[in-house]
This record gives sequence, C-alpha cells and structure tokens, in this order.
Amino acid sequence: MAKHEVKQVERVEPGLWEKSYIPEIARGLKVTIGHFLNNLRPNKEKHTTFTREYPDVPTDYYPDRFRGLHRLMLRDDGQVRCVACMCCSTICPANCIHIEAAEHDDPAIEKYPAVFVIDELRCIVCGLCVEACPCDAIRMDSGVHAHPFTDRGEAFLNRDLLMEMGGLSMAKQGGER
Amino acid sequence: MPDIIVTLLNLGVVQILLIVFVFVMGLASMMTLLGDRKQSAKIQNRVGPNRARLPFINHPLLGIPHFLADGIKMVLKENIVPDGANKTLHLIAPGLVFLPALVAWAAVPFMDTYCAGEMLIDTATWTETCQGEEHRWFQIMNFNSGLLYGFAIASISVYGAAIAGWASNSNFSLLGGLRSSAQMVSYEVSLGLSLAGVLMIYGTLDMNEMVRQQGYLIGDWLPMWGIVVQPVAFFLFFLAGMAETKRAPFDLPEGESEIVAGYITEYSSMKFAVMQLGEYVATVFIAALIAILFLGGWQVPWLFADGFHFGSTVIELPYWLVIILRIGAMCGKVVLLVWLQFMMRWTLPRFRYDQVMTLGWKILLPLSLANLVVTAFIMALF
Repeated sequence: MAKHEVKQVERVEPGLWEKSYIPEIARGLKVTIGHFLNNLRPNKEKHTTFTREYPDVPTDYYPDRFRGLHRLMLRDDGQVRCVACMCCSTICPANCIHIEAAEHDDPAIEKYPAVFVIDELRCIVCGLCVEACPCDAIRMDSGVHAHPFTDRGEAFLNRDLLMEMGGLSMAKQGGER
Repeated sequence: MPDIIVTLLNLGVVQILLIVFVFVMGLASMMTLLGDRKQSAKIQNRVGPNRARLPFINHPLLGIPHFLADGIKMVLKENIVPDGANKTLHLIAPGLVFLPALVAWAAVPFMDTYCAGEMLIDTATWTETCQGEEHRWFQIMNFNSGLLYGFAIASISVYGAAIAGWASNSNFSLLGGLRSSAQMVSYEVSLGLSLAGVLMIYGTLDMNEMVRQQGYLIGDWLPMWGIVVQPVAFFLFFLAGMAETKRAPFDLPEGESEIVAGYITEYSSMKFAVMQLGEYVATVFIAALIAILFLGGWQVPWLFADGFHFGSTVIELPYWLVIILRIGAMCGKVVLLVWLQFMMRWTLPRFRYDQVMTLGWKILLPLSLANLVVTAFIMALF
C-alpha cells in the first residue's frame, strides 16, 4: 500500500459568541452596509465598483500592444505607402482584406492599391497583416475601437478612410531612394 | 376641503387607493428593481441594470426603464399551465398569495385620527386628547382587534403557497409548497408569542392605540417605543417575520439551488409576477407591523400635535405640518425596515432546512416564552 501524507486540519468549533448569531450577523451587515453606502457616494472616484462602463466611458488602461482599427501609412508626399504586394491579404486568416492593384504613374513606384477595403466585421484583430507588411504601410495602432455598425456596408473601410487615420512613417520606403 | 373628498375619505375609498395602490404596490414593485437589483449591485460592487432607455431620454434614470420593460415582458409572455395540473387551483393560487397580503393593510394606521376640534396635550402623562370630532382618515378600517386581523389574514397566504405547490403537478413545486407551509406554520408560533409581551404592556390590540401609547416619554425624554421596552421581542419578531415572508436567509421554499424555484417553478407570465409581487407586499406588510409595534408607527420622537416638546421648551408647528411629518415618519420607517430586510438578504447565506426548523422551534420559541415570562414578572413587580 502506498504511503499517503495525511494532513490533519484542526476544526474550529464556533464559540458561544458565534453560535448566538446576532453579533456575527451585525458584523456581516456592517460589511455590506459599508459597501452599499460607499457606492452611493456622489463622488464616483471613491466608489469601489469594478464594472467598467465601457462604451460610455473609455477605459483608462490599455495594454502597450493594444490593436485598434487599421490605418494606412502615407509617403512623404501624402500618397499611400502601400505597394499592393498582397502580403497582408494573403496572410489574413479571416480573409478580410481586399486589394485591387493598379499601375502607378511614377516609374519609380511599380504598383499602388486602386481599391483597398478592410471588412472590420470579419477582422479578428490578430495583427498578422501588420507583421507581414514589408514596407510599414498598414498598422493597427490607431487606438480606435471598431464602432457598432447598423449596416454591414458601413463596416467596409475603404482606402481613403484608412488613409485619413494614417500618418508619415519613420521607415525608409523601398530601401535607397 | 370639498365635500366630495370628505365623503370619500369617510368611506375609505381614498385611503384604499392611496395606501394600497400608491404606497404598497408602488413600494413593492420598486423593490423588485431597486431593492433586488440595484441594491444588490451596490453591495457587490457592481453597477446594476442601466442600459434600457425611455424614448427621447438618453439617461439610465436609475434603471427604472428596466423595471417598465420587465412589466411589459411579464404581460406579453406565454401563460403555460403544465400537463396534469389542476387548472382551477393553478389559476387561483397566485390570487391566494396576493390578496391576503393586500387585504391585511386595512388595519395599518398611517396617522392618528384627524381631529376636527382642538388637541389637548397633557405633558404630565404625554397624552393627546381630541376635543371635538375625530375622523379616521389615515387608516382604511378601524378595528379594535386590528393586530389579530392582520395576523389572521397573513396566515391565509400559506394556503396560496401550498395550493400552488400541489396544483402544479411538479415535484419541485410540491417540495416548495411543503417547505413553505411547514416553515410558515412553525414561525407563526414564535411570531405570535414574541408579541405577547408587547401586548401585555400596551393592553390593546388596536394598532392605532398601540402607536398612541408609544408617544409617552419615559423620564420626559426617552420615547416609549416597543424596541425600548421589549428589545428581545423586537429581534425575535424581526427574525420570525423574515422567515414568515420567506425572505433570505429563510428563502428555503424557493431555494433555487435545490428545488429550482419551489412552488413558483411552474408559473409563468403575469401569474409569476403576481406571485413575486405578493411576496414583496408581504415583506412590506411585515415591515409595517414592525414599525407599528416596535418603532413607534407614525410617532416622531418628541413631536406632539402642537409641535416638538424638548423638556419644557416647545417648538410650535401647525397641525397640518404635524400630520405630514407623522405620515412621512410612518412611510420612512417602513422603507427603512424594508431596506434592512434586503440588506439581510444580501448579507446572509441561506440556512439548511433542519437549521431553519431548529432555529424556529428550539431557539426562537423558548426565547419568546422566556421573554413573556420575564415581562410578566416585571409587570407584576412594578
């Protein structure tokens, strides 16, 4: 027979004080009434409420790598940085990025996205498109939440919308210029 | 005052409307929301219901729209009567729970009799006597045995629970009905006996007369409320009253972890709502009884018909203001006691059934008997 380690736990027998209920009930009531009155105070800062009233009140805490809506970064001259290489739409596990490439007028730039649509309802916010992008054209650091949509069409964010949230990138475009 | 209103007041119609439909129903239905949901949320560091909105008002309004939505939901839900249930009894059981709880309010005084003449205040015995016509305008009916009536009517509601449990053709319901009848019958014994001492001191069963006697000031400063002269009886009555109304920690008949919802398991739609509301009304009624018997009913400490008496100094108040203060005091005491019952509910875990029976028969009953004996001795000595 295997040897078992048996831990003896001492049982605490309630004394007369606890058995008479009333003082212990009063002690319990003190705790609950304390919480109740504390959470009734007009100063909301002092409440001990854990609930975040999230869509009404923005949260005060975001993790460092919080991913919000996508944005498309811009070149120095304000054109879209994306070169329509299809890396992001290829890696996207949710198939939510749709790109139609077109030839650019500038001979130094090969392609640009004539259509660039992200379906934010399908996006699973994994961030793989950002990882895949070779030229820092797509980012998810806008910090904006996908707002509620009443119509499916509103969830398709097109290129211009995405560029409005974008900015200049620190990275050099296409190696040497 | 217009004659028609006076006539209606004398007939008791206005009192019925105001007390039963405005105060009792209003408080009972607000308790379902503010008491059960908002108060518990505050205690448990949550926010509680706040998403529903009234049209055009973009504000949660303390969650009151939820309560309206609940009402609409209850009315619109399908009414299901289980197969094999006794349809007649299943139908009348909610009424048997609800009706006694409302009828019992007939004896509850919200103010002293309205004195058309002059009030004489005797500061030696702290009594008020009315010179002139008295109108019972603040009580639906005047009984000289109001307390017995209240108890008799309150005991009837056990039929509702038992019949609901039996008629539903469900084992959970049957168990709940059995539990509730056993519990209510057991606790009625200590409920009544704990009051025997109080009755010996007041020497009357008329609720209004009891409240009048509590206006006496011991040593000219301490109001002779029931809680002062009978503190043990107050605790016993409070506990037994909570058990009687099946509130947590005595909500064994509905113990949802064991028997789903007890005798209301098979009820749906408005029948369910009426059952629930009946229980809340019973809670408010017990609170009113405690207020009348132990906390001075409509009495405001040191307030008499001509104003506040602090020792020999008198702050004079007009009679109408005194009436408003006294009605406010009664309503405030009821609300406070209801709040306290809810605090108990969210503080204490549910008893086991044998513990409930032990508490009722082995602790509360002997204690109330001992209280009776001690009170009798003290009254015989002095």
